[in-house]
Amino acid sequence: MSENNNITLEATPEQVIYASLLGKGMLIGLAMLFATFAIYVFGIMDPYIPVEELSNYWGMGVQEYLQTTNIPAGWGWVNMLQYGDFLNFLGVAVLSGITILCYLAIIPTLLKNNDKVYALIAILEVIVLSLAASGILSVGGH
Amino acid sequence: MRKDLKWLTISTIGIFLVMFLASTGFADTSISEAMPGDHAWWYWPIVLFFVTFVMGIFAVLGGVGGGVLYVPIISGFFPFHLDFVRGAGLLVALSGALAAGPGLLKSNLASLRLAIPVALIASSCAIVGAMIGLALPTNIVQIALGATILGICALMLTAKKSEIPDVPKADNLSTALRIYGVYREDSTGETINWKIHRTPVGLFLFIGIGLMAGMFGLGAGWANVPVLNLVMGAPLKISVATSKFLLSITDTSAAWVYLNQGCVIPLMVIPSLVGIMLGSFIGVRVLKVAKPTFIRWMVIAILVLAGLKALSKGLGF
Repeated sequence: MSENNNITLEATPEQVIYASLLGKGMLIGLAMLFATFAIYVFGIMDPYIPVEELSNYWGMGVQEYLQTTNIPAGWGWVNMLQYGDFLNFLGVAVLSGITILCYLAIIPTLLKNNDKVYALIAILEVIVLSLAASGILSVGGH
Repeated sequence: MRKDLKWLTISTIGIFLVMFLASTGFADTSISEAMPGDHAWWYWPIVLFFVTFVMGIFAVLGGVGGGVLYVPIISGFFPFHLDFVRGAGLLVALSGALAAGPGLLKSNLASLRLAIPVALIASSCAIVGAMIGLALPTNIVQIALGATILGICALMLTAKKSEIPDVPKADNLSTALRIYGVYREDSTGETINWKIHRTPVGLFLFIGIGLMAGMFGLGAGWANVPVLNLVMGAPLKISVATSKFLLSITDTSAAWVYLNQGCVIPLMVIPSLVGIMLGSFIGVRVLKVAKPTFIRWMVIAILVLAGLKALSKGLGF
C-alpha cells in the first residue's frame, strides 16, 4: 500500500478543474435549453415544422422524417437557427459539447504533473468525442 | 402520517400508471392507437411530462437510471418512433449525469482516474453502437432492446452488491495507472482506502456496455455499477458515483451521433427532461422516508412489461 501513502480525501486538481467547468457548462446548457424551449412553444419565433403538424412526423423513422421535411442531417441545423424549433439545438449542443471542453481543460494540468499516460488518454478522448460531434461518422438508413 | 399519505399517493399514481400502461400495452393497442391523433399539439408533450415525472420518482426509488425506464416504456407505449425515443433517452440520461457529475467529482466520490480510461473505451464503443442501432432495421433493434431489458431485469434480480469488496492486491495495470483513492464513509466515520483489480477484464466488459448504451440510448448505469463494483472491486459508493459521472462521457459521444442524424425532436426531449429531473428531485426526498423494496419490485415488473412489449413490437405480434 506504499503507493497509497500520498493520497488524500480531497479531489485532485484536475478533478476539481473538470468538475467546475462541467458544473458551469451544465447550468448554461440547461438554461439555454429551457429558454429556447419557451421561445419555441410560446411562438416567439416561428418553427420550421408547425407544432400542430409535428405529430404527423414523429412516428416516422429518422431517414423518412428528414426526407419528408427536407431537414438537413449533421450540422445543417446551424443554418436553421432562425426557426424556433431548431433554436433548441443550441442547448443540446452545449450539453453535448461541455465534456470535450472539460477534457481540454485538464490536459495542461496532467502534463504539468508529468501524468503523460492520462494526458494521452484525455487527448484521445477529445479526438473521439470531436469525431462524434463532427458528423463525419454518417449512418446508412434503415 | 403525512409522510405515509405522501407515500401512499405516490404508490397509487405508480400503480395507476402500471395499470394504464398494461391496459394499453397488452391489448395490442398503443396509446396512440387507442386515442387517434386528433389532440391539440400540446397533448402528447404534457402526457410525456407527467409520465416521465412519475418515471423520475420510480427511477430513484428503484435504483435505476432514467434512461433505462424511458426508452422501453416510451417506445413501447407512445406514438414516437424508436429513433427519436433513443435520441431523447440519451439526452435524458446525459442531462441527469451532467447534473450529478460536478458534485460527485468535487466530493471525490466519483473518481476521474478510474473514469478516464473506462470512458475512452465506453464512449468509442457507444459511437459504434449508435451507428449500428441507427443502421439496423427498427424491428431488429426492438427485439434486441426487449431482450436487453429482460436481461437487465434478470441482472437486477440476481446481482449482488458489495459495499467494500475485498481486493487483496491491485493488478499491474491499475497500479501503473495509479487508480486508487480514499473516501470517508459517513455512516461509520471510517476512512477507506480503495484500489481495484481485474482491470483488463473490466475494461473489456466496457466494450459491450458502450455498444449497448449507444445502440439503445439506455444510459448504462445498470451495467457500469456491477462491473466497477463486482468485477473491478471498487467500493459501492465509488462505483455508483463514478458510473453516474461516466454516463456524462459515454452518452455524450452517442448523443452527438443521434443529434447529427436528426433524431432530436425538442417537443419530446424537453418535457421528458424536465419531467425526469423534477421526478428525480421528488424521488430523492421520498427516498429518505420510504422503504423502496416494493417500488424496486414494481420497477422490475414495469421493465418486464416494457421488455415484452418491445419484443412483441419487434416480432410484429
